[in-house]
Amino acid sequence: MTFSRRAFLRTSTAAATGLVIGFYLPSRARAEDAAAFAPNAYLSITPEGKITIVVARSEMGQGVRTSLPMILAEELEADWKQIEIEQAGASNLFGDQTTGGSASVRTTWEPMRKAGAQAREMLISAAAQQWNVVRENCKAENSFVVHAVSGRKLSYGNLATAAGKLPVPENPPLKTSGYKIVGKPIPRLDTPSKVNGSVVYGIDFRVPEMKYAVLARCETIGGKVASFDAGAAKQRPGVSFVDKISDSAIAVVADSTWNAIKARRALRVIWDEGPNKDLDSAAISKSLHDADESKAVKFFSAGDVTNVKGKKIEAAYELPFMAHAPMEPGNCTAHFRGEECEVWAPTQVPQDCRDTIAPLIGLKPEQVKVNITLLGGGFGRRLEHDYAVEAALLSKAINAPVKITWTREDDMRCSTYRPVSLHKLSATLDANGWPTSFTHRIIGPSINGQKGSQPVKGVDADFPDEASFIYPIPNVSLEYVMTETPVPLGWMRSVYALQMAFASESFADELAAAAGKDPLAYRLHLLSKDTDIQYFDATWHTARLRAVLQFAAEKAGWKTPLPAGRHRGIACFGCFSSYAANVVEVSMANGEPRVHRVVTAIDCGTVVNPNILDQQVHSAVVYGLANALRAQITIEKGRVAQANFNDYQPIRMNEAPRIEAHFVSSTEPPSGAGEPPVPPLAPALCNAIYAATKKRIRALPILS
Amino acid sequence: MPNYTLQVNGSEKNVNVEADTPLLWVLRDTLELTGTKFGCGAGLCGACSVHVNGMLTRSCLTPISQAAGKKITTIEGLDANSLHPLQKAWIAEDVPQCGYCQSGQIMAAAALLAKTPHPTDAQITESMSANLCRCGTYDRIRKAIHRAAGGAK
Repeated sequence: MTFSRRAFLRTSTAAATGLVIGFYLPSRARAEDAAAFAPNAYLSITPEGKITIVVARSEMGQGVRTSLPMILAEELEADWKQIEIEQAGASNLFGDQTTGGSASVRTTWEPMRKAGAQAREMLISAAAQQWNVVRENCKAENSFVVHAVSGRKLSYGNLATAAGKLPVPENPPLKTSGYKIVGKPIPRLDTPSKVNGSVVYGIDFRVPEMKYAVLARCETIGGKVASFDAGAAKQRPGVSFVDKISDSAIAVVADSTWNAIKARRALRVIWDEGPNKDLDSAAISKSLHDADESKAVKFFSAGDVTNVKGKKIEAAYELPFMAHAPMEPGNCTAHFRGEECEVWAPTQVPQDCRDTIAPLIGLKPEQVKVNITLLGGGFGRRLEHDYAVEAALLSKAINAPVKITWTREDDMRCSTYRPVSLHKLSATLDANGWPTSFTHRIIGPSINGQKGSQPVKGVDADFPDEASFIYPIPNVSLEYVMTETPVPLGWMRSVYALQMAFASESFADELAAAAGKDPLAYRLHLLSKDTDIQYFDATWHTARLRAVLQFAAEKAGWKTPLPAGRHRGIACFGCFSSYAANVVEVSMANGEPRVHRVVTAIDCGTVVNPNILDQQVHSAVVYGLANALRAQITIEKGRVAQANFNDYQPIRMNEAPRIEAHFVSSTEPPSGAGEPPVPPLAPALCNAIYAATKKRIRALPILS
Repeated sequence: MPNYTLQVNGSEKNVNVEADTPLLWVLRDTLELTGTKFGCGAGLCGACSVHVNGMLTRSCLTPISQAAGKKITTIEGLDANSLHPLQKAWIAEDVPQCGYCQSGQIMAAAALLAKTPHPTDAQITESMSANLCRCGTYDRIRKAIHRAAGGAK
């Protein structure tokens, strides 16, 4: 693992002796870079021929340390075997480095291609100059420039120094076909290191003289430390520090993680439990049912739902809080050195970590260096900067490098959670059973609202990516009632799309049932006409949703009868600019579903690496299944009731279905991949259960 | 603090730690063998799986006092060249995503193959369901075990 300072030094060094390509990302990057104005370096080629591509996003399992370099290497016409990668840390050179929203490939596709193409053009020019030949007769392939007429060739390494002296072309030609790397099921570069224990996650990181810490945090939401007695804890072996580092947390520092954990057990704390000490899940649910719906904000509409005649159908759906529970518990290492602070964080938000930490420890952002370690899963949990803030505060307090580790119980109880939500849906059916109106009102607390971000057109800023509605029914109204909760909220894989899809795709099934029609045929009829749906700044296409539905249904053998006792359900959804459909096959035993098979079709534009996309679909299905079956965080006496994997149970191999992932062949730019197959999973499963039992499941989790 | 001697990946190690220190933390913090992972601390996820005298063991629940004098094998020592058939199969099937649970998965699979060289799907499911993976790599884990075993018999 190498970090950005080294990366920057290397590329700076290479600038003198080789080729470095910089470019600017649009929008947010520009303002941030106003002061820096250093060229952004995604690529360096040394005279020795070493090609290094910098990955500025966080690797949390989704494969960006392989897929992003592939995009650049494609345009570079590089020999993939020569590619090495370096992980950037928090920087001003790469625009927004947040890793989330299924955005890494879709937002770096253009800049990474351009960077590779610029380098390729410069290398070709350098070769043509060296040979003194017509440039048009030279082409780049496999890390060489070849002169077609004479057959001469020069390696990129040999050309690097000369190419580095040429102007950077502003708009190099980009490929639209003939890909050699993009689209291939290339093995992940990080796999060998992940099977022999050598790879270093945040929790594995160490620096010399480092201390180990755990924190006692108030588990009552919004509570604080009233008083504490550190006497017994300080007597424990190896303990060097026990003190408050914030209003709600006491740090215990020792010479090993275990000694810190043991000492924390000896710590006596009296908590001021604050205003939420009587809060429970029933009261939270009631607050959704009692919400003032006159405040509903309409965020999408077509026609007018108010005056439609026909058969009325209504249903309400409800979802609980859920916890991300990545396998690697929270952790962070920090070293405060007076005038600077260095942080090693398994984070999805390196820049947010830097900018949040700096004022809290009396430094400027440029004095805080945040290195991105490997992440043992993220799922949105690491979009929070809490671990890094704790580590930095503590390092300053003890004036030494320190690693803080969260136990699983800490992670389960002091986390941020997918928000609860209540969904009220209604529709009007015409004489043939087709909907002429559709209303979906979501009532729930807002993640962005709680964190103080401004709403977009009155709704949570995530809605444009996650709350679409692609059926072109003549009269549609999507409405939002923003409520409040003291329970800390966070973005969890597929975020609001999970809630929206569960409600609307379950309800679509209810409409099909009311109409006495096949659920697939019903949806296909609604999507039968090619229609573009304008939704916030995006355009959704019925044709693409229809295609994934048909694709999944065909691969699942929707029209083929199942053996006795087996049943199917289907659902589809569009989010993160992609379209996905799932067909779920179940049987029932003792009233509980057993999921045998899930067939997923996804249209996420150009597929950069089908091997990694296949992994992402498997991951989304298993994650979505856990969300649907059992994921539930409940609140009792102001605290999270669950603590570990015994009472918050993910899917194990014995419950994992056979998963088949199918990708729509597309020349559209890449769109989201990690999240889109999640939302249709729960409704497809519940629809399968309905097919089996004629009972509708209108609240998650299914097994509660 | 008491002194313990244990055989880790073929070499003798002496450690001075509290008697109740879990083997997990001795491996990770004292011996700097961080391939063995902390996931739950309660024997629920299998990320900390190692072999103690050849037996699959949850190192997070094994106090050092019980591991002393025994032969410990971790992911780092599963094969001298990291070319155990399972490791090769894991690479061939490109199993890991985030990868955090994979040391434990491979150690569990190695214990399975030691007893059952050609496991059926049902035997794989039975053995491997003790290990959690939040990335959902189960299909590929199953394929990799079959590949390493040269198929079911």
